[in-house]
This record gives sequence, C-alpha cells and structure tokens, in this order.
Amino acid sequence: MSNIPAELKYVESHEWLRKEADGSVTVGITAHAQELLGDVVFVELPKVGAVLDKDAQAGVVESVKAASDVFCPIAGEILAINEALEATPELANSDPYGEGWFFKIKPASLVDLDACMDASAYAKEIGA
Amino acid sequence: MTTAPQRTPLFQSHVDCGAKMVDFAGWEMPIHYGSQLKEHEAVRTDAGMFDVSHMTVVDLTGTDAKAYLQRLLANDVAKLGFVGKALYSGMLNEQGGVIDDLIVYLTDWGYRIVVNAATRDKDLAWMEKQTAGFSVKLTERPELAMVAVQGPQAIAKACAAFADKAELIQSLKIFQGVPAGDWFIARTGYTGEDGLEIMVPSTEAAAFWQALVKAGVVPCGLGARDTLRLEAGMNLYGHEMDDSVSPLQAGMGWTIVWEPADRQFIGRDVIQAEKAAGVKMKQVGLVLEGRGVMRDGMKVVVEGLGEGITTSGTFSPTLKTSIAMARVPAGTGSTAHVDIRGTLVEVKVVKMPFVRNGKKVYE
Repeated sequence: MSNIPAELKYVESHEWLRKEADGSVTVGITAHAQELLGDVVFVELPKVGAVLDKDAQAGVVESVKAASDVFCPIAGEILAINEALEATPELANSDPYGEGWFFKIKPASLVDLDACMDASAYAKEIGA
Repeated sequence: MTTAPQRTPLFQSHVDCGAKMVDFAGWEMPIHYGSQLKEHEAVRTDAGMFDVSHMTVVDLTGTDAKAYLQRLLANDVAKLGFVGKALYSGMLNEQGGVIDDLIVYLTDWGYRIVVNAATRDKDLAWMEKQTAGFSVKLTERPELAMVAVQGPQAIAKACAAFADKAELIQSLKIFQGVPAGDWFIARTGYTGEDGLEIMVPSTEAAAFWQALVKAGVVPCGLGARDTLRLEAGMNLYGHEMDDSVSPLQAGMGWTIVWEPADRQFIGRDVIQAEKAAGVKMKQVGLVLEGRGVMRDGMKVVVEGLGEGITTSGTFSPTLKTSIAMARVPAGTGSTAHVDIRGTLVEVKVVKMPFVRNGKKVYE
C-alpha cells in the first residue's frame, strides 16, 4: 500500500508539494511514483533560478526500467535543488517524502497550490 | 477478444515470495520481488533463480530429425557430438530474417528445442510447416516447468538442494543438458554466469522452487533477467533481432555454419548474398561514461558514416553506468553519439560482452 501523508498536496503526475513556513514549496515524487519506477539510478534536477510554468518539465528521473519526466506542479521560481539526491538517487526510493525531495520553488501564486489534490483525492486517483 | 493471462505452475510461489507480477507475452510473470538491483547483484555474486516456465519446450523425434534441423536452423546440429550437447541457433525465414533464436539439445529420443515465450505461436506454426517431406514429429511439452538457477554459487546451491542429483549436476559440461528421471538438467543460462536451467514436471515445480529458496537461492524477476543478459551481451528477440533483421547484422554471424556449402538451410541464399556484397550494419556495445541512461530505439550518430539505432539499453547495475546494444554502420570506430531525449551524447563503442563472470570485460 502506498504511503500518502495527509499534510501534503498532490498532482496527477505523482509529484507531492509541501508548503514551508518561509512561504516556499518543496516538491518531490510520491511513494506510489517511486514504486512504479523501481530502483532510481539517475535524477536530473532543474536549475536554481529557473522560472517555470505550471506543468513545465522540471527534470527527469531514470530508474533501471525507464525514464520519466518530473513536472513542476505549480508556477514559480526554483529556489533550491536537492544535491544529495543527485549524488544518491536511491533516496527517491528510500525516503520519497523526506531526504528524497527534488526541489524548492517560490510559488508565483498560492492559488495553484490550493488547486492541487489533497491526500484523499490522490489516494482515490491512484486507486489506493 | 481478450484472454486471461496464463500462469506458470510457480505463480503462487512468486506471490508467496513477494513478487510484483506483470504481463509478459500473455503470461503473468514476476518483474521483481522488491528490488531488481538486489536480484541482479545476487546473480553476479551468489545465486539467483528465474521462472522461465513460459518458454516453449518442444521435443523432436523421427528418422529425419537431423536432416530437418539442418534445413530449419542456420547453425548445424551436426556439431552436436554427444548426447546432451546443446547448440544455440537462429531460425531464419526465407528472406534471411530471424524468426526466433533457440537452444537445441541432442537427446536419446532425438532433439529437445527451447524457444521463446513471446514467439511461441509463430515458431510452432513455422516449425510444423517445415516438417513437410520429413519423417519427423514435434511434441510440445507444456507440462514441464523450467527454472534457471544462475550465479557463481548456483551449482553448489543446486547440489545442496538436490543432493541425490549433485553428482550428475557436477558432471555437466558447459552447454550440456541431460535427463535425470522426469527432470532435464542443463548447464545453460542467459546471465553471463555459470548456472543451470532445470525442467521439472509442473506438479513438482512448487516444491522444487521451495527447495532452492531454502538453499539460499534468491528469486529474481524478469527485470534482473534483462539487465543481466544485456551486461552479458546476449540478444533478446524483438530487440536485437526480428523477422526483418539479418543475423549478420544482429551479432549472430558466429552461429551460422556455411560449410558444407550444399546444406540448404532456410534463408541461406539471402544472407550468403548479403555477406558476399558486404554487410552494411554491425552489432556493437555502447558505454555512456557520463550521466543518463540509454534505452532501446535511440538514434546513434556515427560521424561520416551515417546512423544506427540502439536495440537495448539500460543502467548497468554491475558497471554503475549506462550500456546499450546497437546496430551501427559497419565501419563504426571507437566512438559514436547517441540521441538521448534530444541531446547528442558521446559514447564509447566496445566489443561485447560488457560483463562476464561478475567482472567488467570490455576495454
């Protein structure tokens, strides 16, 4: 059974979002996504400072099996990327909601974030 | 019309071992049991096993069996010098394309042939059609389950699990398979490691599997099977070869026996003419030393010579870098570029295999 933390927001392309105290939003891929991918072996992250639209490609996650795009779930500016994930891509498997985060974004508008799914809607989406 | 996926006699054993099951050529098969990488590692360093019961086993009997196979196959069964000896061969169509690759064993009753799961129907139809004019009979053996036990400790662990057959197992030469009661034990495999492929009656399959689990053999899925065979530089039907690809372009030239010149195996005329004219493409291995992963179907650009294509690609768990098999222009030298998702990336062109007996072998 996939782990879907109640305090996070989700989008259909299997990224999760967490609103931080400083107003930034941390983004990663869900436990369900990493289960589908299998062992993650490479991660490509966006450039810090890049300004991305909602649903723009923000990176690539490569597992032994396949490559998948990572999308930017809300519009905004990339504030930070998880360099530890580049060095140790298996963090996406072992700790998808913690050490395996992908990037932090400064949201262009909080309306985008509010429009994301909550945990129960995402659970329904993936049939969990 | 949709049909329910078929299950091997080991289906419940897989579920009990925690397998994630997927559809493979109409069969419900384990892709992994938790981690493809760990399963890969088990085969390279210790012992792992694969359910390959979905593959098709066919026995050939009849007075013309040898002559029939000498027409059916590009390799020559005349090379099978003693009972039990196995031969790898392509089965070609009249246009010189590869219908399938297979293993054929010389047996007391004639021959045993093992063909791929995904190509079963067309293989059997073709083999049946070619029996015209030969006194032979093909008998499928669906009641046999088949398990591949592979890795440096595979033989020791199989001997521990089946002590009554240990002496026989230890006596097997590489690429030899012999009956042992209702079983058929062969020292063959698809991983680049030493090991066995063992056929047992379906009714015994679950107990057989359990005995291997108890002996410490790690259950492995189709995912690890693919990364292992790719590191070993072994072809996979539908990737490196198919009905439209010449064996000479798919790295199978070594499996074609040209002498005697009057052995008219199917497809001979076409590939002989191709050879005489000069084969335009060749199979090579590619290694990507930077970041990223090559997959199948990516464009390969060879400066001054033209383009080729990757036929399989993956992240190599043993080498910790991406490797691929590719069909490229015959004159390709030591480097090429691969179009990975829109970016041309330089790669090293190497002679395969990439890994053999757990070690990197290319330069």
